[in-house]
Amino acid sequence: MSRFALVDCNNFYVSCERMFNPSLEGRPVVVLSNNDGCAVARSNEAKALGIGMGAPVFTLAETLRRHNVACFSSNYALYGDMSRRVILTLGELVPDLEVYSIDESFLDLSSFREKDVPGLCGTIVTTVKRNTGIPVSVGVGPTKTLSKVAAGMAKKHPCLGGVCDVTDERWRERALAATPVGKVWGVGRRFEKFLKMRGIDTALDLARADRVMVKKRMGINGTRLLDELSGISCYPLETNPPAQKGVGVSRTFAAGIDDRRALCEALSTYAERAAEKLRTEELRAGLMEVSAMSNRFQRDTFYYNTAVVRFPAPTSDASEMIKGALSAFDGIYRENVPFKKLGIHLRELSPESEQQLLLFDAVDRDRSASLMKALDAVNTAMGKRTLGYASSGLSEPKAWRTRFNHKSPSYTTCWDDILRVF
Amino acid sequence: MVTKVRTIYKAETAVVCKRPLFMGKVTAGFPSPADDYVEGSIDLNALLIKHPAATFFVRVTGDSMIGAGILPDDILVVDRSLEPADRKVIIAVVNGDLTVKRFRRRGDRVFLEAENDAYAPMEMKAGINFQVWGVVTSVVHLM
Repeated sequence: MSRFALVDCNNFYVSCERMFNPSLEGRPVVVLSNNDGCAVARSNEAKALGIGMGAPVFTLAETLRRHNVACFSSNYALYGDMSRRVILTLGELVPDLEVYSIDESFLDLSSFREKDVPGLCGTIVTTVKRNTGIPVSVGVGPTKTLSKVAAGMAKKHPCLGGVCDVTDERWRERALAATPVGKVWGVGRRFEKFLKMRGIDTALDLARADRVMVKKRMGINGTRLLDELSGISCYPLETNPPAQKGVGVSRTFAAGIDDRRALCEALSTYAERAAEKLRTEELRAGLMEVSAMSNRFQRDTFYYNTAVVRFPAPTSDASEMIKGALSAFDGIYRENVPFKKLGIHLRELSPESEQQLLLFDAVDRDRSASLMKALDAVNTAMGKRTLGYASSGLSEPKAWRTRFNHKSPSYTTCWDDILRVF
Repeated sequence: MVTKVRTIYKAETAVVCKRPLFMGKVTAGFPSPADDYVEGSIDLNALLIKHPAATFFVRVTGDSMIGAGILPDDILVVDRSLEPADRKVIIAVVNGDLTVKRFRRRGDRVFLEAENDAYAPMEMKAGINFQVWGVVTSVVHLM
């Protein structure tokens, strides 16, 4: 029989901050999104104050002040490095692992004897905590979906010591009955609404739901979901994540920007950055999509538009990307619209090694390649954006730059930022 | 029949194979025992970091540990996976603050000792929020 575990880091971003700042223990802590716009992680104390996931900061100001809540901007360098350490630690304990997100990993425990599983799970909790300072919850079950349900139980009930195993059917029923249907892996918001209208409120109701009805609404994924909930594994561990489908760079601005020049500078920077990402992955893109959005909280004036540019040949050349992005933006820019978000997505990616030759190519590919190589070498050796394109603007600081007012130091990735002890 | 070039592959040049430059002389008789010890380069990480997932760097402020050869602004290599034993230099959390001190265990009692006569030992009595953050394994002192 198959057996999976989901290891889920508790309040991951908050736990990372606490690891380097132990005085935050017991205090309400929130981590804010890019631009300090809304709460993306909350400590249990902050959850208890009623601070919701994704709550906009302007609605929280009073609560944050009154309860002396510690606020941090997202520190992705730190979270990424801590995630790497958690994964390294898990990799030393189990052979098969799938990194599902920055704070969740699936493990395949099929090769372990049943009687060794509780001990192994306990070891996972204590070793990850000891090595990295991050508390984790471990859920065990015969399918990935059930292991996720179990991890939710382990997190919600501290008396379980961070581990919940729903392999046994009696435990499975209790866990499913205590899990709201919207929390089940793969149940989206619309499907949740649909199910609730039919009186299906818990994961257990769903597991017992009419197969034909679920299949009609959700297709093959729906029947797989039912199988997974009843203990028949449909999703194996994906140890090799599928090749990257696209590369994206997008940012939300702190305040709406309608100045065309500033917007073009921002977009040009994203194009440069996206091209750089491509080159580090040794990829080229055939297609670029540019999107622009106004403030979505102002519904009456809301504006959203996208434009697509197809390159004559797949490219990762920064100047081609910038030209493409700016010409696409030409078509979707509107005067007097305060834009809140611009983004670039590159699609139809192909490896550099498969470059097709164009008979009448306007770009000298060899020259472009050596220019990009020189650009990357200088920026790697001397720091980001030592060399860049003038279209991205020359002066700092810029109105559209991401706001990080409360970012903690990069404790693990920058020598100037490492922790100080007395 | 026309053959079209559809795809051109780039030569793989990224991988460089290094060979040891110096090996034992070829001699008659017994092979040189040194041949078993052909070395690559020396990696400082391998010397200082035994458990990459659990190793962190911290910087020292203050002079409380100068007797242990730990000077202000030195960088400490801290391994969280090690058990703190008596006399080990550790990073501790004392009431929410991080500190580097020598860990002393006397029976059931735990003390944190400075290596500087200007600082008295502190006993970690009940009521003090005390935790071991990690064990110091080496000191990096930039001249």
